Amino acid sequence: MSAVPIQAYLALALILFCIGLYGALTKRNTVIVLISIELMLNAVNINLVAFSKFGVAPSITGQVFALFAIAVAAAEAAVGLAILIALYRNRKTINMDEMDTMKH
Amino acid sequence: MTFSGEFLAFMSLALVAVIGGVLLLNLTKVVHMVVALVFTFVSIAGIYILLSAEFVAAVQILIYSGAITIIMLFGIMLTRHNDSSEPKTGRLRKLLLFLGVLGFAFAVYIGIYNLDIEQTPSDLHVNNTEQIGIELYSKYIIPFELTSVLLLAVLVGAIVLAKRDDEKEAEKE
Repeated sequence: MSAVPIQAYLALALILFCIGLYGALTKRNTVIVLISIELMLNAVNINLVAFSKFGVAPSITGQVFALFAIAVAAAEAAVGLAILIALYRNRKTINMDEMDTMKH
Repeated sequence: MTFSGEFLAFMSLALVAVIGGVLLLNLTKVVHMVVALVFTFVSIAGIYILLSAEFVAAVQILIYSGAITIIMLFGIMLTRHNDSSEPKTGRLRKLLLFLGVLGFAFAVYIGIYNLDIEQTPSDLHVNNTEQIGIELYSKYIIPFELTSVLLLAVLVGAIVLAKRDDEKEAEKE
């Protein structure tokens, strides 16, 4: 059948997810945090597409789900950027650790 | 595991994807980080082609390496980005986070390692786009329409959020 087992695809998705998670938790710049979240969503899409081919019952459903996830991720990026622009206009900063107005 | 063409293609694409992710973590200028991520997105599209998902690969190139990268670059250009991002977070916190992520990765990897699914032949690569279209318009028509409503709401919301309040600022001045 296929020369590459499903474990290899899942391991690649796991590595990318962990890189995205670490970047989202440590970076200061909000744009980089947003794009790290996009990387995590991409890793999840790899899992969906891999199971649509190698799963117990292979079907096209996984690819349809991946398309829906891509649409929602694009919407999230657009709204996140809009919030970032509005915040920058008011606070003149895009660093995560300086957005602490609601901190108790 | 033999060194077939598919294996070599997977290994090179995975290597480029992981290198792009590591560059995202280690580069200092934000524009360079976003450009490094483009490599990751394009090689993930190659991975999709290996998984016989040609339509998803085309969408990935269009949306991720096209639209999302450009909108992120706009977000960087429109804000202040040239201050050198000196690491303000403590080294201890970073180490703890790294250990936490590593533990998470190890826990998930145990599950992946024990996974054993028998490969069954599939016909996903035959007329891939046609299959997706038939499935989308017969089984998933309601989520499809809901997605259009979501995109409309996001369009209006993003414009309202990012629009400058001309009246309020005129009153201030």
